[in-house]
Amino acid sequence: MIYLQLFWSFFQIGLFSIGGGYAAMPLIEHQVVELHPWLTMGQFADIMAIAEMTPGPVAINSATFVGIQVAGLPGALVATAGCVLPSCVLVLVLAWVYYRFRGLTMVQGVLAGLRPAVVAMIASAGLSLLSLALGGQDGGAQTLESVDWTAAAIFAASLAALRVRKVSPIWVMAAAGLAGVVLYTVLPGAAG
Amino acid sequence: MQAKERGRVYRTLFWSTFQLSACTFGGGFVIVPLMRRKFVEGLHWLEEQEMVDITAIAQSAPGPIAVNASILVGYRVAGAPGALVTVLGTVLPPLIIISLISLCYAAFRANPVVNLAMKGLLAGVAAVICDVVWTMGAAVLGGRRAMPAIVLLLAFLAVQVLEVNIMLVIALCGLAGAADTWLRGRRGAGEGRT
Repeated sequence: MIYLQLFWSFFQIGLFSIGGGYAAMPLIEHQVVELHPWLTMGQFADIMAIAEMTPGPVAINSATFVGIQVAGLPGALVATAGCVLPSCVLVLVLAWVYYRFRGLTMVQGVLAGLRPAVVAMIASAGLSLLSLALGGQDGGAQTLESVDWTAAAIFAASLAALRVRKVSPIWVMAAAGLAGVVLYTVLPGAAG
Repeated sequence: MQAKERGRVYRTLFWSTFQLSACTFGGGFVIVPLMRRKFVEGLHWLEEQEMVDITAIAQSAPGPIAVNASILVGYRVAGAPGALVTVLGTVLPPLIIISLISLCYAAFRANPVVNLAMKGLLAGVAAVICDVVWTMGAAVLGGRRAMPAIVLLLAFLAVQVLEVNIMLVIALCGLAGAADTWLRGRRGAGEGRT
């Protein structure tokens, strides 16, 4: 019975979380804190912090976490399956439509309008992330003095590696994480 | 022989998405630069514009962008079974990692080394996103028309400054593209297409 509840809750989260991770947070909170007594508000804040520190979509991360807390590993599997099922069905239909009709002039027109919008949205997400990365503890770099120059140096070196040397993004991210540990430890006071 | 070839494609799809998913720190869009490098530049299974379209569809559909984009790539390369393989590859890394962390999550969150690594990682992730904006932007604005540049600018202002709902921006931009095509078609017909 608990499995069915987990499945159904995360099925709804998967179905209604349009627009990426942060849009899903209030939905997850509603399902796992308010509607069901699965997590306390403190645990929910913890899982959101962990979701930011670990790879993978927020919805999947919280499905696994909640599932394990409530019903062990089978719970995690059931919750995760519920979370991705709506995507599987809807996106497969969209994929079929896209590859079937993308040759049509009108579909080409719609896609021509969507492409720059997608670039704009990724740019916006990148800018928010950059200001978070350079802003130190308070988040968001408001003034020149509050900029975290260590993070700025890591950013510049990473971008150069990606653009000039065509290094794989995976290696760039691993090196950036390592540089964070080394630089913030070596440079006293840099950690803010 | 053909079954062997298909098995190889499934394996490549699974391990590619597994690796990429294990590295998507910092939100859904991070999967896009990773997928572009792997499937457009590395394996040549997708075209540049196709990757942008896949991002648009993944963003418009409900559910995590990383999962949606994986489904689209899997379907493109090997049909519905391919999509199933890529979903598994994408979902397993967070499932495994969170299962392990949930055993000792208080210690993980308070660990100073993890926190410092996260600060560096965030700067690296920002660079990865900037890089893909640069490359995709160049591909989208490559033609001689002004329409993509105008849409890009307006969409950016709408999302970043005015904080308009992303779904609304997507709908309006798709509509703008359709209207643009219709107008050009009419103008072409009026002048008598030659």
